[in-house]
Amino acid sequence: MKLDSNLDTFPKLLFNRKKISPNQPAIREKDFGIWQTWTWAEVVEEVQTVAYGLAAAGFCRGDKLAIVGDNRPRLYWGMAAAQCLGGIPVPLYQDSVAQEMEYVINHADVKFALVEDQEQVDKMLEISPKCPKLKQIFYDDPRGMRHYKLDNLVEYEQLKVEGEKFKAAHSDFLNAEIEKGKSRDIAIFLYTSGTTGFPKGVILTYYNILKTVQNSIEFDGLTDKEECLAYLPMAWVGDHIFSYAQSYVAGFCVSCPERAATVMQDMQEIGPTYFFSPPRIFENILTNVLVRMEDASWIKRKMFDYFIGVANRCGVEILEKRSVSIIDRFLYMLGKFLVYGPVKNTMGFSRMRLAYTAGEAIGPEIFAFFRSLGINVKQLYGQTEAAVYITVQKDNDVKPDTCGPPFPDVEVKIADSGEIMYRSPGVFQSYYKNPEATLSTRTGDGWVFTGDAGFFDDDGHLKIIDRVKDVGRLNDGTLFAPKFLENKLKFFPQIQEAVTFGDKQDYVSAFINIDLDAISNWAERHHVSYGSYQELAANDQVYEMIERCIKKTNQDLANDSEISGSQIQRFLILHKELDADDGELTRTRKVRRRIISERFNSLIEALYSDSNWGHIENVVTFEDGRKGKMVADLEIKHVTTFEPMKMAS
Amino acid sequence: MNTAAEQINQNKETQITPSFENSILKVEGIDVSFGGVKALQNVGFSVYEGEIFSMIGPNGAGKTSMLNVISGFYKADSGSIWFDGDDRTKASPDQVARMGFARTFQNIALFKGMSTLDNIMTGRIVRVESSFWREAFYFPARKSEIAQRRHVEGIIDFLEIQSIRKTPVGKLPYGLQKRVELGRALAMEPKILLLDEPMAGMNLEEKEDMARFVLDVNDEFGTTVILIEHDMAVVMDVSDHVLVLDHGKRIAYGVPDDVRTNKDVIRAYLGDQ
Repeated sequence: MKLDSNLDTFPKLLFNRKKISPNQPAIREKDFGIWQTWTWAEVVEEVQTVAYGLAAAGFCRGDKLAIVGDNRPRLYWGMAAAQCLGGIPVPLYQDSVAQEMEYVINHADVKFALVEDQEQVDKMLEISPKCPKLKQIFYDDPRGMRHYKLDNLVEYEQLKVEGEKFKAAHSDFLNAEIEKGKSRDIAIFLYTSGTTGFPKGVILTYYNILKTVQNSIEFDGLTDKEECLAYLPMAWVGDHIFSYAQSYVAGFCVSCPERAATVMQDMQEIGPTYFFSPPRIFENILTNVLVRMEDASWIKRKMFDYFIGVANRCGVEILEKRSVSIIDRFLYMLGKFLVYGPVKNTMGFSRMRLAYTAGEAIGPEIFAFFRSLGINVKQLYGQTEAAVYITVQKDNDVKPDTCGPPFPDVEVKIADSGEIMYRSPGVFQSYYKNPEATLSTRTGDGWVFTGDAGFFDDDGHLKIIDRVKDVGRLNDGTLFAPKFLENKLKFFPQIQEAVTFGDKQDYVSAFINIDLDAISNWAERHHVSYGSYQELAANDQVYEMIERCIKKTNQDLANDSEISGSQIQRFLILHKELDADDGELTRTRKVRRRIISERFNSLIEALYSDSNWGHIENVVTFEDGRKGKMVADLEIKHVTTFEPMKMAS
Repeated sequence: MNTAAEQINQNKETQITPSFENSILKVEGIDVSFGGVKALQNVGFSVYEGEIFSMIGPNGAGKTSMLNVISGFYKADSGSIWFDGDDRTKASPDQVARMGFARTFQNIALFKGMSTLDNIMTGRIVRVESSFWREAFYFPARKSEIAQRRHVEGIIDFLEIQSIRKTPVGKLPYGLQKRVELGRALAMEPKILLLDEPMAGMNLEEKEDMARFVLDVNDEFGTTVILIEHDMAVVMDVSDHVLVLDHGKRIAYGVPDDVRTNKDVIRAYLGDQ
């Protein structure tokens, strides 16, 4: 289980890339409307210069370099440069407000920061009086910063100039530093966004990451021919593994989108072969397609509906190479030509060989939709603490509601409480400066508590129900798994987010967030005028629309005897979008139940009363940190429930 | 010890003060009338190189007329306009454009069916040095097209509108259309940018964005800006000098603080008490 000592750190892997494929593209970025490419040899050159520059600025072994910004080649190079010097990169979520950054920077003892642009520099300057250890800030994009004349603020180009000078004086320095790196060294701190409390700094070594990544490359047969898009936050373990680690080990090219708003267009241009995303992105893509289809001409709509029906019937079977009737096979071929091909092209999925969804359970319908189009989407269950991989679905052995069997070299077991536990080469060292949390998460012999409840089905596939602490029961003893219900609701294009309640209650009720894109599009077509999100959310027709969605969900739930009791009886549409800035979602956009039930307590009470209205007053936070107050009276509606279907005995 | 933000502000103050010795545009004794209506009467002022100069006044005060005179759409009945030391009173709109004036309009005047990119490209026309023969051949034409495109991409990046590069502008929200219009004006690499109510009809966030772009243009490219705007807060915040018109007459001129307290200005806006 040992790594080759010549290839046991990222810098060593990078320099090896220069030897074996110097002219192959390593990274791309769309800038000024054109894809700019850097080869492995050029990347090595850049990383070296930046590393020398950091050394010139006084960066020593063990120092931390905060990385803040959208996915940019220079930020990735900064990571590698810090690692060359035996330093530790600490990527931060770029949309965090300044206070959140202050916590991480202080907690991780960050001395240097490499940030993207003026926006991030401003945040750094705002917190710098409260971060005494932060010595120097480097920035990539000088736009709008000509008046920023501060000693501790250095432009990336200047950093490189200093690097060149330092290199001239100490030409052997860097190689010696890189040689000092060992597989047991700390590679990175990844702060988990954390559904509760302050973020925790997960310490991963080169061994943790590289061993896991080697296994994953073998498992999926990844080669240096893959194309992938680096568009997820750099602070997320997913991006670190898929856009950085795997690229260095397998040698494939990673493309950085032009801006967050252009990701879908960029994806269409690049046509990635390998794709990784939380379910939300798949949901958004699907919503986009469905919304656009509603605007399409009559004949296209009919064609789409018909062939999606065909794909539903036989698409997954064809993907998994099972037998399908000749007629269906023919229709599917026709559909591929008329519908699936063009649809995949607009989604940027034309060349997709392998796609993963992880981070949260994906709605089975959404999952089936993509697979039925012939896109090999698989589910993966992972954690920052495991360097991602815990269980992964195998090709042609994919079930929509499980996460597959344990990944190579990973042991998984279920604790008596129903909690999933694992042990693997990827298991993190500890939480930085947080021994209590480390102790309560990782046992002495290396088993990690995931906090998720689940079980293995008869085929040995892991099935995750929910967070251990979130799975509850109704007063009559019916199982209540909120996330399961919410995912069902979120499949409807009209519903952006749903939060369900029911633990220790008589019935299940729900908060709904409408999907502004889908519903405003509908409003435009039906000449419904509205002035704001709030007004649209309170519209009677919108309420009726959502009621129909929930009714359909209830009908589905009635089919399953285990959970038929958790049909949704009452709901309301929230007057605001749940937002990470208000703490209602994590930065990876998972629902934070505790905070939501605190903030919307009066509404929950109203859901469990006879009242048809709920009153709410909230403080909301804007992205620049300003606060405002929102007051609203929201209508509560009752939904029909269905008798459970009798199970065939 | 100063905080970082204060230091930056100080740096700003010392750096972008425009040179008030060199007036780039000098307007003297302009009269314009439409039939019996005297739109402008003996209006004169100077605009200094690198400043943001605002014209304000109640509706019908003659602000847009003044802008139309400057950009050559209206011919003044009398008076003269000097640009960079040359008399250009009689210049036609296209001559004015070639001299280095670009403008945006009160009601957006874009090609609705064309993409953002193409709309901004049209702004480059005054900068293309070409001939029929050069355009007729593939390679020279391509070379010039690439050079123009590169410039336009710089503007797209500057205005942060990459995501709408290929969207027909008719489909864009109003605030973004205004930004595209600014982009087209910038594509002309103007020395003087004439903005006719660039923030009208915008919400607060859009206004803040637009104000920031106007300041950035002034700052990064050193472009002189002549601005007509109704939002007093914006005008007082961004302008170096403010000219106040009322019923076609100049009633005040000066730095924002002086104008704010000027009695005639208060009377023009609030009426006699």
